[in-house]
Amino acid sequence: MSIVTNQLTYYYGKKAAINELSINLTQGFNVLLGPNGAGKSTLFSMLTGLYQAASGDIKINGYDFRDNKADIMRSMGVVFQQSTLDLDLSVKQNLLYFAGLHGISSSQALENIHSILTQLALMPRLNDKVRALNGGHRRRVEIARSLIHQPKVLLLDEATVGLDIDSRKMITQYVKTLCQQRGICVLWATHLMDEVSDDDHLLIINEGNIQAQGVSSTLCKKHQADDVYQLYRRLTANAELV
Amino acid sequence: MNNRYLYCFNGIVKREVLRFFQQRARLLSALVRPLLWLVVFAAGFRAALGVSIMEPYGTYITYQQYITPGLCCMIILFNGMQSSLSMVYDREMGSMKVLLMSPLPRPFLLCCKLIASALLSLLQVVIFLFFAQWLEVDIPLVGYVSAVPAIFLIAFFLGALGLMLSNLIKQLENFAGVMNFVIFPMFFLSSALYPLWKMQEASLWLYWLCQFNPFTACVELLRFALYEQINLSALATVLIATTIASCFALVSFRPQQGKKHQG
Repeated sequence: MSIVTNQLTYYYGKKAAINELSINLTQGFNVLLGPNGAGKSTLFSMLTGLYQAASGDIKINGYDFRDNKADIMRSMGVVFQQSTLDLDLSVKQNLLYFAGLHGISSSQALENIHSILTQLALMPRLNDKVRALNGGHRRRVEIARSLIHQPKVLLLDEATVGLDIDSRKMITQYVKTLCQQRGICVLWATHLMDEVSDDDHLLIINEGNIQAQGVSSTLCKKHQADDVYQLYRRLTANAELV
Repeated sequence: MNNRYLYCFNGIVKREVLRFFQQRARLLSALVRPLLWLVVFAAGFRAALGVSIMEPYGTYITYQQYITPGLCCMIILFNGMQSSLSMVYDREMGSMKVLLMSPLPRPFLLCCKLIASALLSLLQVVIFLFFAQWLEVDIPLVGYVSAVPAIFLIAFFLGALGLMLSNLIKQLENFAGVMNFVIFPMFFLSSALYPLWKMQEASLWLYWLCQFNPFTACVELLRFALYEQINLSALATVLIATTIASCFALVSFRPQQGKKHQG
């Protein structure tokens, strides 16, 4: 269960959005913290194969992206920043569609769906259209969808943006519990400081490069910051307003 | 076929069918448009246009009967372009990413989408032909069956053409251009509404444009198929056009075209 990048670079025109970025993440809850425009979503697009790196390597669970894309996709769950659910279909239809794309039979998928939706307290909404769900429920459906094929690596790009505090807490807690129970590697991108706990593995990204990485409390001590917010301000002081 | 591929194919087709039936207005407009042509347009033009005996018809036919294959192809053309619009929409809205997260090969996924779209076209044409038989359109019963492969092939071709266009369109707003520059010229510069010998009498260069339009081959392929015959030159043209459009659509597929990132 690992995500490793080596000297990863990506350009928008002539501007480097990701600049020789190297990370090495293992099992557990890893938080990617950075301001808007720091390169979080670009990094996600590269990790999910939507963008091709100008240079550098990506290895997920030991598989190289260039040679083993299918194996990587089979072992990876993703929740994108932008909602990708089909609003006119029901929760069940959305989840079965995704299961089909992963080559999972409907009967097997339904077993997984029932188990995951029960944990996420979404079973009563199984046959509701996504359009009828509130933002928090939609996000939970997206998380459920990312887990149907039982991935070993889970990427969540600002999965709690726009949600109320209770929904955010519920989702963060659920994902952290998953890490412990299944031993998966989670990369959680956010710009919300209150989602970072002292014992989380933290990566601070700015201008396409990692400014610091390590256990959150250790990083705070190292940079003589009282809390994550102060640490973040210090390391992203030059961030442009986007 | 590996089961995973079968489940994936099933998932994609099911989703497209479900979406289609959710959009009742789409089904309605797909039927109303050609029926309106058949009832109003054909009534107005039948007096002005005399259609002499020509292949594959064994006798004089009504104008309604003449334009029916063209109207079927119009349904397929609109459905193909609608699929292309939905691809652009999915790309803009981000739902395309779900498709791209599949571990199965991208060309296979796109072929599944094309087959799903072709099946929907087939369904719409069958419903249209069901209504058309009450409007002086006389098609032999076996003709409905022999037309199925032709409709499917034409739908696959026009779907691939739509997919190819969706790769060229950067924004949803640009889609109106497709209407003006693809759908209307393709439809009017074909044998859908008038026999080409009529066009030849009017303008030679327009006649040649119609001859080279692959949509003409689609219309003629279906016209013959509805009367249990095969128009070999039309079949060859549609097959070649399908191969070219499919290859180009798969090669030029750029799912992230026009996207901006924020994070």
